[in-house]
Amino acid sequence: MKTIEELNKIRAEKRIELDLRKNTNADTREKHILVCQGTGCTSSKSPQILENFKKIIEEKGIQNVRVIKTGCFGLCAKGPIVIIRPEDTFYAMVTPDDCEEIIQSHIVEGKVVERLLCKDIDGTKVTKLDDLTFYKKQKRIALKNCGVINPEDIDEYIAFDGYRALARVLVEMNSDEVIETIEKSGLRGRGGAGFPTGKKWRATRDAKGDKKYVVCNADEGDPGAFMDRSILEGDPHAVLEAMEIAGYAVGAEKGYIYVRAEYPIAVHRLQIAIDQAREYGILGKNIFGTNFSFDIEIRLGAGAFVCGEETALLESIEGRRGQPRVKPPYPAQSGLWGCPTLINNVETYANIAQIILKGADWYSSIGTATSKGTKVFALGGNVNNVGLVEVPMGTTLREIVFDIGGGIPNGREFKAAQTGGPSGGCIPKEHLDTPIDYESLKEIGSMMGSGGLIVMDDTKCMVCLAKFYLQFTVSESCGKCTPCRIGTKRMLEILERLCSGEGEEYDIYRLEKLAANIKKASICGLGQSAPNPVISTMKYFREEFRQHAIEKECKAMECKALSRIEIDEDQCKACGLCQRNCPVNAIEGEGREKRHINQDKCIKCMTCIRSCPFHAIG
Amino acid sequence: MSKMCECVEKKIREEVREIMKPYKQEKDNLIQILNEIQEKYGYIPKAAQMEVSEYLGVPMAEIYGVITFYARFTLEPKGKYNVSVCLGTACFVKGSQAILDRLKERLKLEEGKTSEDGKFSIDTTRCVGACGIAPVFTVNDEVYGHATVKKLDEVLDELEKNEK
Repeated sequence: MKTIEELNKIRAEKRIELDLRKNTNADTREKHILVCQGTGCTSSKSPQILENFKKIIEEKGIQNVRVIKTGCFGLCAKGPIVIIRPEDTFYAMVTPDDCEEIIQSHIVEGKVVERLLCKDIDGTKVTKLDDLTFYKKQKRIALKNCGVINPEDIDEYIAFDGYRALARVLVEMNSDEVIETIEKSGLRGRGGAGFPTGKKWRATRDAKGDKKYVVCNADEGDPGAFMDRSILEGDPHAVLEAMEIAGYAVGAEKGYIYVRAEYPIAVHRLQIAIDQAREYGILGKNIFGTNFSFDIEIRLGAGAFVCGEETALLESIEGRRGQPRVKPPYPAQSGLWGCPTLINNVETYANIAQIILKGADWYSSIGTATSKGTKVFALGGNVNNVGLVEVPMGTTLREIVFDIGGGIPNGREFKAAQTGGPSGGCIPKEHLDTPIDYESLKEIGSMMGSGGLIVMDDTKCMVCLAKFYLQFTVSESCGKCTPCRIGTKRMLEILERLCSGEGEEYDIYRLEKLAANIKKASICGLGQSAPNPVISTMKYFREEFRQHAIEKECKAMECKALSRIEIDEDQCKACGLCQRNCPVNAIEGEGREKRHINQDKCIKCMTCIRSCPFHAIG
Repeated sequence: MSKMCECVEKKIREEVREIMKPYKQEKDNLIQILNEIQEKYGYIPKAAQMEVSEYLGVPMAEIYGVITFYARFTLEPKGKYNVSVCLGTACFVKGSQAILDRLKERLKLEEGKTSEDGKFSIDTTRCVGACGIAPVFTVNDEVYGHATVKKLDEVLDELEKNEK
């Protein structure tokens, strides 16, 4: 068991050792090679890169170099990523075969490996991470340790002020002061709805009950969102520390983290973090010698989107089908096994320790009038810099997509961005300059959601997109209430009709009517928001729906039944490239003949369009 | 589901008892236990369900309800090669539907089904978290990023060749 003094000692010693992680002028001979081991980079062989570095260093007998596994650096599009500190050199798209050269050239000879440097938006090669446009407009609070520390080493977390907030809370503050600080900071729930966090804590604290629970919602089911996963993979102790602070504030001794089983790396690192914290006595009985005891258990989800809804999540922890309960009573009054329960999302927790350490005023000075602090977005889709970004509230969509995201690839046009996943909506070009916060997103028909931000270019069909989200909702509807179970299915059928050319004009009105009814009559937040992707696409792209319904035309050529791919004979140079790339041999013609497409065989995969160097296919 | 011979059933029951040992006989452990069984067998055999039912005192009907509710649990064994296409939004926007369509066409199988020889099965997932290299498909644990219909064909060609 560690005392606060012992913790401070570890911090002081470790901080000097790790100074080079944050200080490019650190006075040291050591070098740290940081290799990203987030899920994205891991899928592209980063564990092998890590092993190769270790092996080569050992073989060559190189001193003063350490290889460190870290969480996500954020710029997933350029992964696997390797960073060398203290000089902060950023190597992108590294392969296991590059390790030898990096060691020989960079470490032994002191020469940067030019060919592995990352290109910025304007095409110039950038040596340092901080010089990339991608990072310049970001402000990292929730992600501050991601990509800096080894998530499997509690000492590294402690070195960067880890568990200092917990120590301060336990020794210097009472529960009222903690709750007041959180309330004053203006922090709102990062899971989607944006409920004031301090208010939730107060309600749970004030609820009557001998036993109370603290739950972390890490069931990140929104497709295309990976903020919570990256925090758990890169900085798991931050979540544990915040849950303990919450436990102290509301009067709970037990916490549960409900995390998706689809996130094996996150689960593994969380378990390591919990074990290490227990070993240090930071989790368990009489923490830091005080009267406060707290322990945390992991509960695995099993792949049901609806379990992200707080009451469904509680049902699932109790071992049942994840069907939402009728509210009220809210979990703050009656949650797990009928006891008052506080539920917050991973990213919300990741802000807590910082607020305690730096103060509510510091936090509330960031952001807009109603939305304080920063928000992490998982930027994906048709955008150059796919990855994880954290920006102050109030940043505009244009800044995120074009400055940080580097714009749209292949010279295409921006068409829309989708936020809030299956509960959110589409934001068209005319709203690109809207500052992002809870209220302004709602005003334009979308929502903050958990932070998935998918960019779409002008080749995307909005009716198809609406259909995609409805398919998702239909397969994930828990089936408890009729409007959601049957209503969304009927909406999907209409959208399928529109996409296959069997729609009619009246279908558009049918969709609107159904959407309004489902919104009004569903039990839980997911049902009530299920029609949102349809409503918002119809609001901004009504003409497209009309074209599908009446003219039977899909201008984006995504709806196969409504589109034909053809080769323009005037532009075809008979190079045969399309023919070689076609997976179903649907392109006919030999030698110098102009090619044409056999429509019966064509599966409209569009491979030929992409492969034609003369843009003759469309 | 094909009928299982008694000795196999007995073996599964024994193994499941072993899996459940660290868990208290409390109902809220059901999903944790099913997760472990799914992990071990790639599906949840009926014999395992019966064993769990007896241990936790949860009726078979309720266990069936839980299994069919959660996407991760399956009642049918997966193929030797479980090919799974990511249908997360990032992958969808980059064309994963065309990859899934091609996969179904080539293997002549529907989503969630296993081929008769037990070699292949098709699955879809909602986001494996590799959005940076979208679209993505996986064969068992191997992730294939920046996927195209052509790449899928090449991977399947290779697997089929191995099986001959």
